[in-house]
Amino acid sequence: MSTHYLAANRFGLGRRWDDPAIRDPRAWLTRQLGAFDPAPAAIAALPGRAAIAAAYLGYREDRQAMRREAPDMPMSEEEKGMDPELRRLSRSEIRRHYVDAAGARLANAVATPTPFAERLTHFWANHFAVSADKITMIGFAGNHEFEAIRPNIMGKFADLLIAAVRHPAMLLYLDQAQSFGPDSPVAQRVQRRQKQAKLGLNENLAREILELHTLGVRTGYTQADVTAFAKALTGLTVAGLGKGAGQRLMPADARPGDTVFIAQLHEPGAQSILGKRYDQPGARQGEAVLRDLAVHPATAAHIATKLARHFTGDTPPPALVERLTADFRQTGGDLPSLYRALIASPEPWAGAPTMFKSPWDWAVSTMRALKLPAIGEKQNVPAIFTQLGQPLWRPGSPAGYDDLVATWAGSAALMQRVEIASRIAGRIGDRVDARKLAPLILADAMTPDIEQAIARADSPGQALAMLFASPVFLRR
Amino acid sequence: MILSRRSIILSGITVAAAGAMPRFAHAAAGTPRRLVFVIQRGAADGLAVVAPTGDPAFAAARRALADETSGGAKLDGLFTLHPALVTGASLFAAKQAHFAHAVATAYRDRSHFDGQNVLEGGASRPYERDDGWVGRLLTLLPAAERDAIAIAPAVPLALRGTVPVGTYAPSRLPQADADLIARLTAMYEGDALLRPLWDSAVKTQELASDIGGNNGRNGAELGKLAASLMLPADGARVMMVETGGWDTHSAQRGRLAAQLRGLDQLVGALQTGLGPAWADTLVIVATEFGRTVEVNGTGGTDHGTASTAMFFGGGLAEGGRVSADWPGLAVPARYEGRDLKPTRSLERVVAGAIAHHYDLDPARVGKTLYPDA
Repeated sequence: MSTHYLAANRFGLGRRWDDPAIRDPRAWLTRQLGAFDPAPAAIAALPGRAAIAAAYLGYREDRQAMRREAPDMPMSEEEKGMDPELRRLSRSEIRRHYVDAAGARLANAVATPTPFAERLTHFWANHFAVSADKITMIGFAGNHEFEAIRPNIMGKFADLLIAAVRHPAMLLYLDQAQSFGPDSPVAQRVQRRQKQAKLGLNENLAREILELHTLGVRTGYTQADVTAFAKALTGLTVAGLGKGAGQRLMPADARPGDTVFIAQLHEPGAQSILGKRYDQPGARQGEAVLRDLAVHPATAAHIATKLARHFTGDTPPPALVERLTADFRQTGGDLPSLYRALIASPEPWAGAPTMFKSPWDWAVSTMRALKLPAIGEKQNVPAIFTQLGQPLWRPGSPAGYDDLVATWAGSAALMQRVEIASRIAGRIGDRVDARKLAPLILADAMTPDIEQAIARADSPGQALAMLFASPVFLRR
Repeated sequence: MILSRRSIILSGITVAAAGAMPRFAHAAAGTPRRLVFVIQRGAADGLAVVAPTGDPAFAAARRALADETSGGAKLDGLFTLHPALVTGASLFAAKQAHFAHAVATAYRDRSHFDGQNVLEGGASRPYERDDGWVGRLLTLLPAAERDAIAIAPAVPLALRGTVPVGTYAPSRLPQADADLIARLTAMYEGDALLRPLWDSAVKTQELASDIGGNNGRNGAELGKLAASLMLPADGARVMMVETGGWDTHSAQRGRLAAQLRGLDQLVGALQTGLGPAWADTLVIVATEFGRTVEVNGTGGTDHGTASTAMFFGGGLAEGGRVSADWPGLAVPARYEGRDLKPTRSLERVVAGAIAHHYDLDPARVGKTLYPDA
């Protein structure tokens, strides 16, 4: 049994070098549910939505100006070494928001005294994934996690769902900000004026909520349900960032980057979704649908399966899934109750660590193990995770990153980890004694083989690299 | 900044984000002396680097490895140089190489960690000092000869002390060295998931930062880089270069030859790169301890005690000779019946070479570098 290692790595983010010994792993995890700080200093210090929106607007203006003035501006040395996606944005403030948010996320994950709660934050941020691929929302990606996910992971699933969906990052990412009720007053007016007006419904967000966020794929909803749900959601948009007809209708007090509901964009009339009629007026219609979806039995099973997989492995034990599903249904999606059921279940504690750490988990656990900084102060945090194969907030799809061993256990990926471990070990050199650190970090998952390999390493640095590349430490 | 950005780019590296360079005073004109300390991490087998082929017990103890140095330069009646040390042999002939044999630090156990700590820190026991002998040496040097740098991501213990020291590391991630790869291969051996992934990763791996890799050319690159950092008028004057991969528990013949080929090219590239400045340069190559006299069951040797230190440069006191108070290899002559017995202190040999190189009082150098001795 590797109870202590599993508590620290499967549930947590790896043991910190200065963590006191965990005496009762279950009590340690349960305590974190109450001690979780939704707005720790590193994150609270970041600029809010208004500043991010202003950066985007500034970027748009700059780019227009740049196109006019210097279409072929040469690249700086720094830009040449950059991810092309980031290079495009490097001259703007937007990139700084993304990079700073990534740095804050990492700093907080490395320092946190409540690593289980942080892992749950990362889990939910990935469940409600936004991918920073669109320039409009790249600056909002971190803010989505910090302001929509974090404050809601210790409440009801319905509130988490509504906050995640209504955040500007999601509205922009899944095109809700450009979705108009086909029979809304605005669409009618535009259509009267110009025959081929393109104003209309965008189903993207509605479909992904059903398929990814709530019920799960192929759970019986139809195209008609998707369309009706998309109509119910119309009116929900982001202030100040678009250029279209909607912008003129923004409420006077709305600041750029605010989520707003504009009645004149909303599809009038009742909608029928999953056999139920929704005739609430305005924004309340979409919210009513979301609240029903949040407690739907299919949602309970979908969430239970994903959560069980994250804490057991590729094929979660059916008994665990059923237990979590039942808990979700009984409590109406009370998340702390679900976490407590998970902690109390035997399945996540059974056997050896078999799940392959994601690059994020591996890097965070490595940094937590070290008293000395593993990376330089000026290190570009997103670049580390891009290199390791898990760009931050950029899974490339609204489904988020897979939670399977095969997703992360690749041969090039393994070599990347070994090289980064080697690099970090080179920085630390003899200032850490891996022979003393290993029993602390690997705890009850330490094997004689690893102990011996570390003791026989040809230098303190090599020993440290071997600890971080050891079969146990690569897993959780 | 001791180097112009241009010269760094020319040498194929950029400043690592990890180690910002401290600000150095500009060196005065003249021909300042230069020092390079090459550490061989992992315990290099002195008995194969400078083989006592004339010792009557050598062939029987070394068995399959007895001919490891065949074809190498005969240094005197007793010693043969490893054939991979081609530059080493010609420097020896030109009285620009000195090999000190049967030397060891004050450390007598066989842990790499502890042994390297003593070798670098210069204390008589592990973990007694948090500064190193090179770092302390800097306090004795004039400003023009004090600019020190390590080709490493962080300052190694040997260079730590009161004088600020720079570091340079290629900005690209270094590839894992061959020795680490071999050890991980063993570690992943029984792992059904990791083993096939690792095997395929290793197949596509080029061992770029390993001095033994690429038929010695990696060593040459490292030497070229080191020279380019030390040659400019305002360049570094003291340098430490790290090498790993000397822990040859198995298949020593091929591995050690590759390592020495890299080291030889490193020294050759330093000599070439420094040009006339080579005359005022001292290169010290040392390891934490030696290896067993007897060959083990896997064609390698295990952790031992005394080894060989190498000195290269244009102005050596003992150029062209192997210095040793030779203890002999017969079992009763060995340390604890198994290792080459240390008959001289490595610290004293190093202090002597340093005092000669910098024209300093040997007693003062000894006391500063090795205060506990």
